[in-house]
Amino acid sequence: MGQLKAPSELEKVRQDILAKRDSNRPCITMCSGTGCSAYGSEKVFTNFQTLIKEQGLDGQIDLRRTGCHGFCERGVLVVIYPDEICYVQVQPEDVPEIVSSVKDGKIVERLLYVDPVTGDTITRESDIPFYKHQERTVFGNNRRIDPKNIEDYLALGGYSALAKALYQMSPVQVLEEVKKSNLRGRGGGGFPTGRKWETVRNTPSEPKYIIVNCDEGDPGAYMDRSIMEGNPHSVLEGLVIGAYAIGSHEGSIYIRNEYPLAVENVRIAIQQAEDYGFLGKDILGSGFNFKVEINRGGGAFVCGESTALMASLEGEVGEPRAKYIHTAESGLWGKPSNLNNVETFANVPLIINDGASQYEQVGTEGSKGTKIFSLVGKVNNTGLVEVPMGTTLREIIYDIGGGIREGKGYKAVQTGGPSGGVIPESQLDLPIDFDALTKVGSMMGSGGMIVMDETTCMVDIAKYFTTFLEEESCGKCVPCREGLKRMREILAGITEGRGRDEDIATLEHLASVMKDGALCALGQTAPNPVLSTIRYFRDEYEAHIKEKRCPAKACKELISFYIEPDKCQACMICLRNCPVDAISGGKGLIHVIDQDKCTKCGTCLDLCPTRFAAVTKLSGEPVPPPPSEREIVREKRSEQ
Amino acid sequence: MKQVTMTIDGVEVTVEEGTTVIQAASELGIEIPALCHHDAVTPYGACRLCMVEIIKNGRSRLVTSCLYPAEEGLEVKTGSEKVLNVRKGVLELLLSRCPNVKVLQDLAASMGITKPPFEAENADEECIVCGLCARVCRDIVGVSAISLVSRGTHRKIATPFEETSNVCIGCGSCAFLCPTGAVKLEDVGDKRIIHNWKVEFKLKQCKSCGRYFAPEAQLDYLRRTLDLPEDHFELCQDCRVETVEDV
Repeated sequence: MGQLKAPSELEKVRQDILAKRDSNRPCITMCSGTGCSAYGSEKVFTNFQTLIKEQGLDGQIDLRRTGCHGFCERGVLVVIYPDEICYVQVQPEDVPEIVSSVKDGKIVERLLYVDPVTGDTITRESDIPFYKHQERTVFGNNRRIDPKNIEDYLALGGYSALAKALYQMSPVQVLEEVKKSNLRGRGGGGFPTGRKWETVRNTPSEPKYIIVNCDEGDPGAYMDRSIMEGNPHSVLEGLVIGAYAIGSHEGSIYIRNEYPLAVENVRIAIQQAEDYGFLGKDILGSGFNFKVEINRGGGAFVCGESTALMASLEGEVGEPRAKYIHTAESGLWGKPSNLNNVETFANVPLIINDGASQYEQVGTEGSKGTKIFSLVGKVNNTGLVEVPMGTTLREIIYDIGGGIREGKGYKAVQTGGPSGGVIPESQLDLPIDFDALTKVGSMMGSGGMIVMDETTCMVDIAKYFTTFLEEESCGKCVPCREGLKRMREILAGITEGRGRDEDIATLEHLASVMKDGALCALGQTAPNPVLSTIRYFRDEYEAHIKEKRCPAKACKELISFYIEPDKCQACMICLRNCPVDAISGGKGLIHVIDQDKCTKCGTCLDLCPTRFAAVTKLSGEPVPPPPSEREIVREKRSEQ
Repeated sequence: MKQVTMTIDGVEVTVEEGTTVIQAASELGIEIPALCHHDAVTPYGACRLCMVEIIKNGRSRLVTSCLYPAEEGLEVKTGSEKVLNVRKGVLELLLSRCPNVKVLQDLAASMGITKPPFEAENADEECIVCGLCARVCRDIVGVSAISLVSRGTHRKIATPFEETSNVCIGCGSCAFLCPTGAVKLEDVGDKRIIHNWKVEFKLKQCKSCGRYFAPEAQLDYLRRTLDLPEDHFELCQDCRVETVEDV
């Protein structure tokens, strides 16, 4: 394949690819994202390959490995086109049945998705509630393309936005279009992308650098990873358009080293894009030059912060510096540098192709377009979710997420990653966008969404995030380094029953010092988990401190396991399985837990047959003494 | 050089563009406390004691005065409620880390803090990890014998792999700049010992007065980097001055 030298050549290549393809021919697509890979998609794929070959079905059935579909908990996901038949939790041994069903035009009923809420069996992928309520404009192509094959991206009109920008628009027009679209940075800050580009463009210094931030590090969040792994060309296309707009000829993609598949796929994508002439010298014959290299992050959360990331690119320790002079004016190597997140770049081709006015139709007043969230935690359906800005939390958690697991009650959702905040039930109807989330004490962040149910303790969760941040703080400035340590100590004290009356006030004071005094956004937002849990769940803090009681019965030091004598059937299960032999009793003798020996591992509670449900957790109340009469008097045989 | 005029605590001051707020304040005789700052070393902004409130375009925020450049029309408050809250908080945290360091005790006392609010992990800790020693070693001395290692609460100053440094010249700049006295330097007879970096140096004896005046390694380094004659450092600095005056 020679390098393309004009938009017409690009269009011809696209037509040639389409001509080779028959959209009516059955195509078995299989997700090969990291989630499905972990479920063994590689073996599933090899089985498909072997079987299709053995049965001589080459040319009759197409086979394609695609990017992440998002419904990761149901992996391995297999979708058969053109009918869009979706099979979930596919195992390697299911392959022969699937292949013969495709041959015969039938459906393997047992592999279809069953809605856990309604019990309905659903055939088409887009009818599954998890997908049905989404609007997948940025993420949707993941399931249509093989990320290692540029032809798939071209077939869907890939790089046409780049051709349009280079041939029909001046750099300033591209810039104006992005400004008009009101695209805001998807990495967390929500800074208007067009304005950032403009500052870089207008800073009279050369060279200018443009950088993709793929140092995604929030626990439980993997939006950028899935785009990078599943549709790397969409990011590259956005990047080259951005470079053209700001006048940059050199770029970097900063990917964390823990994302090997993303590194591999983007490396292949860069090579292919260079071969086709979408990267390198004289791109698409326009005279515009741009080259990009991959840099792998060294494993620090704080390297996602712009100044730390740039220090890391320079080979220095990844530590933030004060941004009194913005990186847009003086960043990498002291030159104007533009840093945008993966998802932000992936939005750019859409804006150029459809126009800002079209793009602006979706979203809220202050936040346009869609946003990808990583919906995890105690919901029925977990995975990646793309919705228009302004969608309510309730729609995401209940309509898409299918509600809370095991019929438990909703307690809170943590948005915005470890420096975000928790949002209680009273705010579930909040239409989410950048500003609304900040207003309720949380933030958009990169789009993490961790749902918690009534068994999650809010003090414990604040402790978890504070501990994470303490470990990830670079330690440069005092408020962040020392403040997080003290916060974590206080929170640990509260959850372990050593809480003092003044603790809440001390936490709030430390929070104010960190918010105003810390050097970078990590430290300034680090108090959010503490502040938001105090704001919405102060009663839980007070119960821990004043009554030594954990309302969620989650804090080990504040709970006791207790066997209710009138429910215990002396079945010996808990007694035999207790790892520390803390349970006494015997056949016909009511079991009793020796509280001094008990390590609170919870094995007895897990194993007690649900029809007895004799083991309970107590908190804030004394454990009743063992019954004086331990022998079970069975009036009639129980129905066991 | 362009001049800019701004106000600090209501007093107008005109300084050269590029001056930092802390320097501008000191021209007015307004002292802003700072521990990680030294005029000889690149500003760093780590201790956060020097934070001041600035008002710009009607919006107020806190910045570190050691880094923030003077700007035309800038309004600076060095003792507002927000500023004092951060300063006090930082001192509480530092005093809790190093409860027995005099300079911290004095600064804390000036803010009304009489005892550390949190328990110290190690009551003998003296280092506040401000990094001045590592910065002077890298930026001014030019040998980078020590640096900041690890992150978060594990962050500390150390030689590579915490082994005896083979590049340290024993100049003692680290000890000289350390605001808390955490770097322990000792001259005993013909030896200089810097305990923190586990290094020992032979001191050069002055040919004239006989006193031990500087580590031989440092003098070698200076001769090498400044291309001085072999016998340049036969005399101590005092005797050299006398010799020059005699001539």
